[in-house]
Amino acid sequence: MLAKRVIPCLDVRDGRVVKGRKFVGLQDVADPVALARFYNSAGADELVFYDITASNEGRKLFAETLTAVASEVFIPLTVGGGINELSDFERVLKCGADKVSVNSGAIADPSLIGRAAKKYGDQCVVLSIDAKRVNGRFEVFSKGGRVPTGIDAVEWARRGQEEGAGEIVLNSIDTDGVRGGFDIEMLQAVCDVVGIPVIASGGAGKEEDFVTLFREIPSVDAGLAAGIFHYGEVDIHHLKRTLAAAGVAVRL
Amino acid sequence: MIAVVDYGVGNLFSLTGSLRFIGAETTVTSDAGKLRAADGIILPGVGAFADARAKLRASGAESVIRDEVAKGKPFLGICLGMQMLFERSYEYGVHEGLGLIPGEVVPLRLPAGMKVPHMGWNSLHFLKSSPLFEGVSEGEYVYYVHSYYATGCEEDTVAVSGYGVTVTGAVARGNVFGTQFHPEKSGETGLNILRAFKRISEGGR
Repeated sequence: MLAKRVIPCLDVRDGRVVKGRKFVGLQDVADPVALARFYNSAGADELVFYDITASNEGRKLFAETLTAVASEVFIPLTVGGGINELSDFERVLKCGADKVSVNSGAIADPSLIGRAAKKYGDQCVVLSIDAKRVNGRFEVFSKGGRVPTGIDAVEWARRGQEEGAGEIVLNSIDTDGVRGGFDIEMLQAVCDVVGIPVIASGGAGKEEDFVTLFREIPSVDAGLAAGIFHYGEVDIHHLKRTLAAAGVAVRL
Repeated sequence: MIAVVDYGVGNLFSLTGSLRFIGAETTVTSDAGKLRAADGIILPGVGAFADARAKLRASGAESVIRDEVAKGKPFLGICLGMQMLFERSYEYGVHEGLGLIPGEVVPLRLPAGMKVPHMGWNSLHFLKSSPLFEGVSEGEYVYYVHSYYATGCEEDTVAVSGYGVTVTGAVARGNVFGTQFHPEKSGETGLNILRAFKRISEGGR
């Protein structure tokens, strides 16, 4: 049976993970390789690296970081941040990424999704959507959730699938950082219209939020979070045991 | 030395990286001499069957592979590399495979509501034992990404996973092995499978 996935997301600036906190046995929490190794052994099903650097120098450091991680952590790696052209796909894929997530780059030019899918395969292209409730609908925001686009998120998800995206990460700006649980309503609206995997993001504050997510929306494929894992509030291994006990298929 | 067949298909970063990680000397090549000198050969592959098949033919490696496999050299096909082991594939037309294992490759036709490709971690269930899976237990998870799967190969099927249909996960016939999933993306379980292939290869030296 296909397992539901638990995915930690790491923000990387100039080759260092930001927002890290000390774990037992982990000295340098800002070292992406050490952290990736830690999450891998804790049972993470996949890792997402988000490059929040703006400079070319930072991009170079990110490439080195990614190469180092991919040389010793052998689970799927997704990379996002600064993906605006096909050459950006190439840049991270050759460093060992398996999937590439596009967000603002696809909003600026939706054909990027299809061109990348054709060249690297659907499974490689992840459409990342930041959305928020505006006037009774879910609106897509670009540039890290700062700029309203006027695009309907449900429609954008459907369009993304049509263009050739292999997966969708749906991040609810409304629940992000609140830690009151995933945005079930928004996720359900998107899951209802697409047939590709949907990864829930934004709002996880405790183990029970993942149980609720997979129970309420059986068609959702994965739950992604950052802070609760980095700050050690939720231990991935423990979380997966809790999910298994609740009847959710997970890789233990 | 493990030779990974280089025929211009797919990203070999993780495969070569994982082989090096387990301490296997690795070469990525389509050179006849190097393929002959290797202890074991791995045929990787992602993408479309017909395109990969044409590229394998064009690489010049195919006749060497056939010779070496006939001589008993351990051979492992991964994902599309496994699909090419069979007699034919029905991916966009009918295409002839290497015919090293009886069977054919057909589209995943799944019950309504199930997603194609079959992508993610799925559990392995063993139908018989194989030296490739020494060190892997019933129910361990491996990582799949595929839209076609092998059928008619029951006799040589070692492990399966359930996904609407019974997905052929791994096959073995003598010195020829195949995994539909990606051992190089399957965490410690996958590394153990590659370690086993290394042992099998070195044992045959």
